Amino acid sequence: MDKKRLVMVGNGMAGVRTLEELLKIAPDHYEITVFGAEPHPNYNRILLSPVLAGEMTIQDIILNDHSWYEQHGITLHLGRKVTRIDRVRRQVLAEDGTAAHYDRLLLATGSTPFILPIPGNDLPGVISYRDIADTDAMIEAARHYRHAVVVGGGLLGLEAANGLMLRGMDVTVIHLADWLLERQLDETAGRMLQKSLEERGLKFLLGKQTEMLVAGESGRVAAVRLKDGLQLPADLVVMAIGIRPNIALAESAGIYCNRGIVVNDTMQTYDPKVYAVGECVAHRGIAYGLVAPLFEQGKVCANHLANFGIGRYEGSVTSTKLKVTGIDVFSAGDFSGGPGTEDIVLHDRQGGVYKRVVLKDDRIVGSVLYGDTADGSWYFQLMKDRQSVAEIRDHLMFGQNKLGDAGHKGENRAASMPDTAEVCGCNGVCKGTIVKAIKEQGLFTLDEVKKHTKAASSCGSCTGLVEQILASTVGGAYQAVSASDKPVCACTEHSHKVVREAIFKHHLTSKEAVFDTLNWKTPNGCDKCRPAVNYYLISSWPHEARDDPQSRFINERAHANIQKDGTYSVVPRMWGGLTTPAELRAIADAAEKYKVPTVKVTGGQRIDLLGVRKEDLPAMWADLNAAGMVSGHAYGKSIRTVKTCVGAEHCRFGTQKSMTMGVKLEKMLFDMYSPHKVKLAVSGCPRNCAEAGIKDVGVIGVDSGYELYVGGNGGIKTEVAQFFVKVRSDEEVMEYAAAFLQLYREEGFYLERTCHWLERVGLDHAKSRVVEDEDNRRALYGRLLAELKDAPDPWAERIAGVERNEYEAILI
Amino acid sequence: MGEWKSICKLEDIPRLGSRVVRSTSGDVAVFRTSGNAVFALRDQCPHKGGPLSQGLVHGNQVTCPLHGWKLRLDSGEAVAPDEGCSRRYPVRVESGTVFLQI
Repeated sequence: MDKKRLVMVGNGMAGVRTLEELLKIAPDHYEITVFGAEPHPNYNRILLSPVLAGEMTIQDIILNDHSWYEQHGITLHLGRKVTRIDRVRRQVLAEDGTAAHYDRLLLATGSTPFILPIPGNDLPGVISYRDIADTDAMIEAARHYRHAVVVGGGLLGLEAANGLMLRGMDVTVIHLADWLLERQLDETAGRMLQKSLEERGLKFLLGKQTEMLVAGESGRVAAVRLKDGLQLPADLVVMAIGIRPNIALAESAGIYCNRGIVVNDTMQTYDPKVYAVGECVAHRGIAYGLVAPLFEQGKVCANHLANFGIGRYEGSVTSTKLKVTGIDVFSAGDFSGGPGTEDIVLHDRQGGVYKRVVLKDDRIVGSVLYGDTADGSWYFQLMKDRQSVAEIRDHLMFGQNKLGDAGHKGENRAASMPDTAEVCGCNGVCKGTIVKAIKEQGLFTLDEVKKHTKAASSCGSCTGLVEQILASTVGGAYQAVSASDKPVCACTEHSHKVVREAIFKHHLTSKEAVFDTLNWKTPNGCDKCRPAVNYYLISSWPHEARDDPQSRFINERAHANIQKDGTYSVVPRMWGGLTTPAELRAIADAAEKYKVPTVKVTGGQRIDLLGVRKEDLPAMWADLNAAGMVSGHAYGKSIRTVKTCVGAEHCRFGTQKSMTMGVKLEKMLFDMYSPHKVKLAVSGCPRNCAEAGIKDVGVIGVDSGYELYVGGNGGIKTEVAQFFVKVRSDEEVMEYAAAFLQLYREEGFYLERTCHWLERVGLDHAKSRVVEDEDNRRALYGRLLAELKDAPDPWAERIAGVERNEYEAILI
Repeated sequence: MGEWKSICKLEDIPRLGSRVVRSTSGDVAVFRTSGNAVFALRDQCPHKGGPLSQGLVHGNQVTCPLHGWKLRLDSGEAVAPDEGCSRRYPVRVESGTVFLQI
């Protein structure tokens, strides 16, 4: 097949990101030609401020060097500005006469800084702040001149002013509004920012309008005159009052523009052969200037260029951060207040911390943070998800860490950590290593950082911290994605939610049907998505969808737990933690017969036989089966154990028979697979010796019945279970516990523990479906029982010969 | 070069699965893809020696069960950004029988 020709005009971040996405999914589809007006390959424009501030060099911020273009066979025309598009002949023409034909054209022409239409705006020494050339000009000016005036107290203006000051200039910022960053901050935060910038040496003139720029004897700009008559000395004037989409080229070719190049949700312009992404675009009337939305556009655009036809860009909710080292500012949404809104404010004047969250109908609609921005991404997420904060309102201002965050968020202040601090305790990754990888490899997403550094790729408890390091290193380029929207893995665009709903809605019963219906990008998924899809299939269509052993992680396939040396561990089930002399004798015999090197009592009141050779497993299970024992499922995303205390059977304090209750629960839940492992405990009195407060379902006996607690976790981050309901009888314990677990099984995303699921959907949701809705509770209970009816013992099945190949090696 | 040895029938290896061949020169993992292509690698991940035969097979790759490294079945090379290689053994299928050169 002849390759189609793709020409891209503009060589900036949005455009090149689109090409990267395209090459990932359809590397051979196009012969690609790129025109760039600047003489540089694609660089990280966002990091120009650190370059100006002397914290990084141009080399540090190159994202794709020349070899990248070569490696992908891309023809690169640098320093050549495209001046004409001939849509009839499907060709573009550059200033110097270079021409290129296209089958598809991608416009990524970016934007130009807005220059005030005042006398003197074209004098030498008057520049904008947009590219490497501007940055060089500022650095050069700082070497020879003293007075700089920055017109515009927005993000870019302040970053420019800060950089020039650090390079030794005397800098004054002139701003039309009454406070700095008036679009990103409210007045209080704006004043705090001003104060701290003034302490660093910047000067501000607020509420002032610039009238003209005055030339000196040399012809270079020498002064700025304001409307009120004030005149300031200025050897350098930086205009940073906004940007305008570059649409002249598109307009001259007759492509419809309205403040930007108008595109639909697939990033296509009114000419179906022409696509556009980036700052030059007007999507649903909005031109974005932050990089995160532009990357989203790029991803969607690439998908359509590759003829996959999946995905729509539906606009972005954006947040802002200021990249001035040592000053933390964050804002998102609408914080103008107004009727129907409520403010929650935390303000520590001396400590320099200001947090304001604006609520409407119990939902966050905006937030402004100054000084302590660690929770910015959390508020932002709550806002995007439109999650009700009624339950957590009391603690909202103290941040997510104070909430008990289920182990997936980091500590505060990633930015202030030393480079040598260990971030990922599982893989021994330090902050410096992560920052270096982000900068050198040009990483923008959490997944990329995980892949390259291994940080946050094991237990995940440092994920939040890694996200913060990422956010503070790449600035506005990073935007966290909520669990509900994250694609399952690189094989698909779809989230867990979408996949699960599709399986249910279209009655899909095999992984092939799922991959086919949802246009999976890989022929048979990967180690991430296959187990998830398999779980969704068997839990959505029990007794109908076939469980696929090859989609199970080895532990669930082999029904034993793989160890670091490739041997396995065997844990027989001991219902409620109870055993007998006969069982113990059988365990001892098996341990000796199969030369088990280690015998250990587990945290869940079971006995673990470690170091068993795989081929011995079936025979060993047969011996244990003969003594009446079955699989303990100590290896699966499944019911693990029901831990019990002695209870009223023996204990002088016991109020309820916890052992009996525990055994009943465990027998009911035998062979239950779930999104992640599930642990229960039953205590016979509030002394709670079975530690029910850190279990997925904890049952605590009291004199009048039982209290049920849910969503506890004793693992990565200790999470105390929350009170769910109080019931009277054993039967009710079974019904409520089963219904709660079934709701989790039906709604939880794969590898989401109950605490994470509850954090996502809210405890009120679970209560409303289980506690308050009797019919629904009964239905959930019924579905779980029906699914677990006649559940086989996986050991007995394998002793009988199921999956025999799994355990037999071929000898040659 | 070793000699070709018949090891099993193609259907004795589960699709998207593997078998372990125990030889005097160590364990070899023999994989079968969804398209019935067969590959053989030394049953040891270059990372920490995990048994690749116990991993999940997808496309032309296997994911090591211990720490999730991905290796290409056709070359034994780790998928970037990981670096390492597991030895590859020649393998072929003839009228339903799998032969391994070892």
